[in-house]
Amino acid sequence: MRGRFFNLCSALIKNGMKILSLLLAVSIIAFVLVTLSPIDPVQQYILGLGTAISQEQREEIEEYWGVGEPPVECYINWLTNVLRGDLGVSSLYRRPVADIIGERFLSSLALMVSSWLLSGIIGFSIGCLMGMRHGRFLDRFLKKVCYILSSVPTFWLGLVLLLVFSVWLGWFPIGFSSPIGVLSGDVTFGQRLYHLVLPAFTLSLMSFPNIALHTRQKLVEVLESDYVLFARARGEGNWDILRRHGIRNILMPAVTLQFTSFAELFGGSVMAENVFSYPGLGSAVAAAGLNSDVPLLLGITLFSTLFVCVGNMVADLLYAAIDPRVREAVE
Amino acid sequence: MEQNKNTILEIHDLSISFRMYDSRFEQTELKVISDLYLSVSPGEIVAVAGASGSGKSLLASAVLGLLPANASLSGHIHYKGQELTPELQKNLRGGGIALVPQSVEFLDPLMKVRSQTGGRDKAKTAERTRVFKRLGLPDDTENLYPFELSGGMARRVLVSTAMLSSAELIIADEPTPGMSLEQSLQALTMFRELAREGRAIILITHDIDLAFEFADRVAVFYAGTTVETAPASDFKQGPRALRHPYSKALWEALPQNSFRPIPGSQPYPGDLPKGCLFAPRCPMRTAECMEHVPPVRQIRGGEVRCFYGS
Repeated sequence: MRGRFFNLCSALIKNGMKILSLLLAVSIIAFVLVTLSPIDPVQQYILGLGTAISQEQREEIEEYWGVGEPPVECYINWLTNVLRGDLGVSSLYRRPVADIIGERFLSSLALMVSSWLLSGIIGFSIGCLMGMRHGRFLDRFLKKVCYILSSVPTFWLGLVLLLVFSVWLGWFPIGFSSPIGVLSGDVTFGQRLYHLVLPAFTLSLMSFPNIALHTRQKLVEVLESDYVLFARARGEGNWDILRRHGIRNILMPAVTLQFTSFAELFGGSVMAENVFSYPGLGSAVAAAGLNSDVPLLLGITLFSTLFVCVGNMVADLLYAAIDPRVREAVE
Repeated sequence: MEQNKNTILEIHDLSISFRMYDSRFEQTELKVISDLYLSVSPGEIVAVAGASGSGKSLLASAVLGLLPANASLSGHIHYKGQELTPELQKNLRGGGIALVPQSVEFLDPLMKVRSQTGGRDKAKTAERTRVFKRLGLPDDTENLYPFELSGGMARRVLVSTAMLSSAELIIADEPTPGMSLEQSLQALTMFRELAREGRAIILITHDIDLAFEFADRVAVFYAGTTVETAPASDFKQGPRALRHPYSKALWEALPQNSFRPIPGSQPYPGDLPKGCLFAPRCPMRTAECMEHVPPVRQIRGGEVRCFYGS
């Protein structure tokens, strides 16, 4: 028992070191890319003010922001501040980056978690169904549906759903996370949920085909295995086999996929949030990029890296819980 | 077709083909078993011997109705005098017919041995404890996962599944490789005990010595057909007591005999000769052997598929 705890700790420390070095590398690359960007942050800031300013005021701002300092120095300044826990102030929203991320992440989290669960459950069930009916009509039909859905761009799918369900049918709102003209304190849970449905559905339509096709493939492999042949020889029927051997043996690849889909989910949420004007992290990152809001862009980049890494780490830890062979290897 | 009511399983003229697609995407039939015959009675152990690729393992799948979807089957299989239909096969799986598979690959890698040998049921647990003890398996074997078993332990767990069943017909596919000689003898002794209980046993093996020693009858397979079935005692006596030139050659090729193989190799399923399947390698062949498939003939208490067998 003590050994297991020790192993868990050392695995966490090892993974933590990896994540830290990855974060460092990502921040350097992001910083270099921003430096190379043709968008002038000062110009964008001034545009954002909405008033004309004099040359002197402009120079003041430039000096305050350290324009003209060598990039390496800028980076080191930024990094030391980050290490102190200060992510800087967003030039677009004029508020601390950490606050914006925290606030936006919460509404994104609702969107991502619901579509993550939805796509996981739908994907796994449809994958199992396809695997069981392998080669039959239902399988071939669902496979085509999956191929079509996974080749369609998210933003286009979002626009189509928006057009059909919000504009034509009027079932769902056309955007935002709460009704227009209602104070944020007065928004009910039901209203939030109502605004969440369409974006979450779009996002899960994007990621479930991938999960379904992988699950199907794994299940077909399992059903063709020797141990399923032997189970059949012992009189187990199709559903016994799915229940006793199928799900058990495809759970691990499914869990891997589910947790590594964090990255896709994040990418997809940028598209979905923009289409639905949903005020989450995804729409914030698009705004930060277009306005060259360097502190916010770097902050969100770091945060999303961390988010994806944590997803992968959870998958690693879950392996050990599911597969006795991995548990043995870890111990 | 006349049916012997006393046999558990009787196979006549069984052929199995696979639909395959060749390099030009044309469908071809690959005949892997042709005109095979075999029978086994209660209390009897019939060893099926032959080189790999002679169709031994497919036989088990065919009897259990577990052939892949692209396989087609012709001929007759009778279980206790009844034509073996897919519905009957479905009822017999896990009931009247038990399979002892080849390797640990046939156990679910993520399931403990207990769940694959009857589960937690009280009566089953008692029975399992007894069987495991007799097979020399340690007490905690039921708590292990298949990857934690040694090769020999895995084989004994597989053998135990048949012993725990109430099957009247047990088809054991290569049950002994990976066991020490002592363990092999022990396992085969158990098969003999199962036979004494009145069960019929088909022992698919390429361990020919053990087959001679433990079986009542031996069926020799060549290129997917039965060339000879004979009492095991004939094989112990040597080539003079055997009927088919391939059986004689097989006997001669054993290390303790002259250890002398005959030239050539078993034909590939896509490329079978027209007449007798053994003719191209046979020292006794005539023009007739190359043209016609010889019928099965009864000779001295055995059966042989040869024009000249004696």
